[in-house]
Amino acid sequence: MAIASTLSRQGRPELVSSTPQLSLSGVSKYFGTSGFVALDGITMDIPQGQFFVIVGPSGCGKTTLLRILAGLDTQSSGTVAVNRTDEKRPVNSMIFQGDSLFPWMTVFDNAAYGLRMRRVPEAQVSDTVHTWLERIGLWRFRDRYPNQLSGGMRQRVSIVRAFANDPEILFMDEPFSALDEQNKLLLHEELLRIWEATKKTVVFITHSVDEAVTLGDRIMIMTANPGRAKAVLEVPFPRPRNVLELRQKPSYGDLVFHIWEQLREEVQRARQNAEGEKV
Amino acid sequence: MSAEVKGRDRVVGVVTPIVLLGLWELAAQFGLLDARFFPPPSAIVHQFATLVASGELGANVIASLKRLALGMLLGGVPALFLGLAMGISRPLRAAIDPLISATYPIPKSAILPLVLLIFGLGEMSKVVMVALGAFYPIIINTVVGVANIDKIYLDVGHNYRASRWQVFRTIALPGALPSIMAGVKLAVGMGLILIAISEMVAANDGIGYMIWNAWQVLTVDTMYVGLLVIAVLGFLFSIVLDEIEHRLIPWKRRA
Ligand SMILES: Nc1ncnc2c1ncn2[C@@H]1O[C@H](COP(=O)(O)OP(=O)(O)OP(=O)(O)O)[C@@H](O)[C@H]1O
Ligand SMILES: [Mg+2]
Repeated sequence: MAIASTLSRQGRPELVSSTPQLSLSGVSKYFGTSGFVALDGITMDIPQGQFFVIVGPSGCGKTTLLRILAGLDTQSSGTVAVNRTDEKRPVNSMIFQGDSLFPWMTVFDNAAYGLRMRRVPEAQVSDTVHTWLERIGLWRFRDRYPNQLSGGMRQRVSIVRAFANDPEILFMDEPFSALDEQNKLLLHEELLRIWEATKKTVVFITHSVDEAVTLGDRIMIMTANPGRAKAVLEVPFPRPRNVLELRQKPSYGDLVFHIWEQLREEVQRARQNAEGEKV
Repeated sequence: MSAEVKGRDRVVGVVTPIVLLGLWELAAQFGLLDARFFPPPSAIVHQFATLVASGELGANVIASLKRLALGMLLGGVPALFLGLAMGISRPLRAAIDPLISATYPIPKSAILPLVLLIFGLGEMSKVVMVALGAFYPIIINTVVGVANIDKIYLDVGHNYRASRWQVFRTIALPGALPSIMAGVKLAVGMGLILIAISEMVAANDGIGYMIWNAWQVLTVDTMYVGLLVIAVLGFLFSIVLDEIEHRLIPWKRRA
């Protein structure tokens, strides 16, 4: 499979180092005794500091792939190499698909979770969490429990929980899929702002082509059943990006259209497969 | 639920028993009820005052409460820890679950003779009876509580590299707490039943003993006082436990 060479991003060429942060080679995953193929030979390099987006139809193995990259699951075959740049920081933090805040912890305690688990001194935990909650506008809700927050606020707390832990790599599994358009737009802007300031490697999963093009440096389109890498595209837009201005550009529309065309086939194929299973 | 509706519920809850007691009193006074079996509430209240004044009631209540408290600790604490460990560890669950399922259906009252045989007539036998009653609901509810914790929370724990102990403290325990509290409530109810039964058979003090003794010497008023005290204790326990639950599980307050 051909992988487009990495273009250095404008203004931040130093972030593209020679050894990739994540290097996948022939990663496959089979489930159950029937040997259902969820992932089939994914080969991919993700450079340090890149915002890497994966799009694909439902059930094509996106979450499975992310869990393998995060070490929460193991691949059936193939290798995943994670190259550390800073041994002192945690390798990765995951923003899970769906609600994953602890209902029994306040906003503050949820946000502090990663830091506390690695026994960072409490004064420093307090400082870091304060800064992050302030930055994302949730400091005054710090004593609330998740069930006292809106869906958008909960999602922001999950983002803070991951960012406050200061990992080298962030995995985000459809973090905004349950949100309305306005909230989504605001969070896209917030996420871009935070990410552009922290230079982390991000692997971001989404169903939304708009989201992929708005946020990503590179987009991998996946096929369904079995999950394979169908194409990898560069997103040519410079940073920092303005979400609204970006969407007015003709080249934005072209890229979205191009990705949709590729995806449509896959979504249709996935649907046919699903119907075939039902019979 | 609005405060108004809550207030109304509370008023209804207080008025109903008072009306029933009034009817009982009248029926007993006018000979509609046989006063040998159903003495009028006024006579029971009088007997209550007498027993309080003599110190007899206080001594019996304290004796029972002491056994209840010791038994709850003796049965509840191991049940809690074993339950949490079983909830986390599948092999441990596989090893111990069958034992619990097999012994749980045995009525605890049926074990009383065996407990008396082993522990004798001293305090220990009563404490052990309460402990047996407390053990099962707490361990069963704890295991279920931990096992039902959404897997995603454990994934979060692993992703943030929580140690086994940290997972236990930050996820298993708080996640299972609502279920554990339900178990503790059942355990206290079971403890009250068992303490009354064991004191009837094998004690020289305590509320159970007081009721049984009253039957033997046919002081029916005292018997009713005993029943009343047990009912009130049960009610007080449920208020205290609700309050503890409220404080221990603040995230369930506003769902
Ligand atoms: N533990 C498992 N056991 C068996 N099959 C599984 C398991 N986990 C996932 N699968 C299957 O693997 C495939 C990929 O699942 P995955 O959750 O990775 O999809 P996804 O791309 O994240 O979908 P979505 O966009 O809906 O979240 C699906 O067909 C799913 O049914
Ligand atoms: Mg998924």
